[in-house]
Amino acid sequence: MIKVHGLNKWFGKMQVLKDVNLAVREKEVVVLIGASGSGKSTLLRCLNFLEHPEKGRIEFDGRAVNPAQDDLNLLRRDMGMVFQHFNLFPHMTVLGNVIEAPVMVKRMRREEAVAEAKLLLAKVGLADKVDAYPCHLSGGQQQRVAIARSLAMHPRVMLFDEPTSALDPELVGEVLAVMKQLAKEGMTMIVVTHEMGFAREVADRVLFMDEGQIIETGTPEQIFERPVHPRTRDFLSKVLWGPFPQPAAGILQNNVFAGYSTAAV
Amino acid sequence: MRFIHYFTGSIHFFLQAALLTLELTAAALAMGTVIGLIFALMKISGRKPLRYIADIYITVIRGTPLIVQLFVIYFGLASVVDFGSFWSAAIALAIHNGAYIAEIFRAGIQSIDRGQAEAARSLGMNYKLTMRRIILPQAFKRIIPPLGNQFIIGLKDSSMAAFVTVPELFGVAMQLASNHFADLQFYSIAGLYYLALVLMFTLLVNWLERRLQVEKIQ
Ligand SMILES: Nc1ncnc2c1ncn2[C@@H]1O[C@H](COP(=O)(O)OP(=O)(O)O)[C@@H](O)[C@H]1O
Ligand SMILES: [Mg+2]
Repeated sequence: MIKVHGLNKWFGKMQVLKDVNLAVREKEVVVLIGASGSGKSTLLRCLNFLEHPEKGRIEFDGRAVNPAQDDLNLLRRDMGMVFQHFNLFPHMTVLGNVIEAPVMVKRMRREEAVAEAKLLLAKVGLADKVDAYPCHLSGGQQQRVAIARSLAMHPRVMLFDEPTSALDPELVGEVLAVMKQLAKEGMTMIVVTHEMGFAREVADRVLFMDEGQIIETGTPEQIFERPVHPRTRDFLSKVLWGPFPQPAAGILQNNVFAGYSTAAV
Repeated sequence: MRFIHYFTGSIHFFLQAALLTLELTAAALAMGTVIGLIFALMKISGRKPLRYIADIYITVIRGTPLIVQLFVIYFGLASVVDFGSFWSAAIALAIHNGAYIAEIFRAGIQSIDRGQAEAARSLGMNYKLTMRRIILPQAFKRIIPPLGNQFIIGLKDSSMAAFVTVPELFGVAMQLASNHFADLQFYSIAGLYYLALVLMFTLLVNWLERRLQVEKIQ
């Protein structure tokens, strides 16, 4: 569904993405892990051209995207994006946030958009917050609204950039639960996260990114229990915190655990 | 008590002149706000030539005295088309205030978190929709205090129009002062009228600010 060939991105003189190749199939859930600054966000943002890569090709549904000619707004409709800091529109109610793009972009009838928005908000457990303003919601609630806002455009793929990193630990679970439900319903998802429990449970594939390159790819079992690349091992030993459902023996032995518990997922 | 005498005697002239001052200011600031918005958008645009043009405009206007701009535009326009003194002055004041208003808009727009535009674009909203629906409504609330301030400056600066023969407050004061040989009295009276207008306008801005503040914003 999405294919990336030889993607290169520079910020000034600094090369942030180096020959990244990636293919994501329909209904696949791909989790992207890696140290801060390794280029995960940039890769995700290149996929919907919030950043413009200097080199490389991105195919969506078998067609190469040409940012100079194609209408990127059409492409972006098909790709939902959820941000670390939610980015809800503070001057609109929850409902206003969710119906904004369907009404203004797709020219959907308002009543129709409202009806659908209410269904979506119910689905993320916020049916009673329809008329609230974002500033009156908890972080977890805001992020669930952001997910509903993206879903309202009926995207074919959802991109998540550390959707739970800005949340208090006790609010992480409710957001991950919504994402899990989405995955179960067959949504194609690319997720940047440090929630390794989520990755183990939901991911079809885990990619490890280091200094602008994807240096290891595999099933969650392969990556977490038998990481091949020394950088992957190093990263996992630093990041893995909290209990796994079944702790990975391979990691446990040479690991410094932070004794830090994330909400049950 | 000659002052009271002059004041009551001239009320009729000054009220008419105050109305003209308000009309001149309203016309100038309405046009200036449109000019300001256009140049603010040019200044933050990705296109270099547009940014360049906006830079030149803002630099030239802020770097030269209003009275010079007023005369250049008044006589410059007059050599091409005759707009009359009122509209020449209004256009000159609009171009002058537009440069300051452009900077106010630019700062307001750039104070909105980048994530807002990114979220809008990621939903498929184009640049225009993103500006109109997401960025400008949020920027507007932050812009009101400095914009109100600029409007007050614009109101007071409209007095310069007297020098291109517009019979607004200051123009009438000049006229009456010389007719009656009473400079101190009539210029003081003009000052009182300006003060009253500015106070009225300040109350309006404060009221608008309070109203927007009770609305839910982050
Ligand atoms: N807009 C930008 N301008 C300049 N440098 C940037 C920009 N965005 C990201 N970077 C740099 O690119 C590198 C990769 O960033 P990012 O993709 O955000 O990494 P990650 O999401 O993995 O933490 C970092 O060194 C970051 O400082
Ligand atoms: Mg990031």
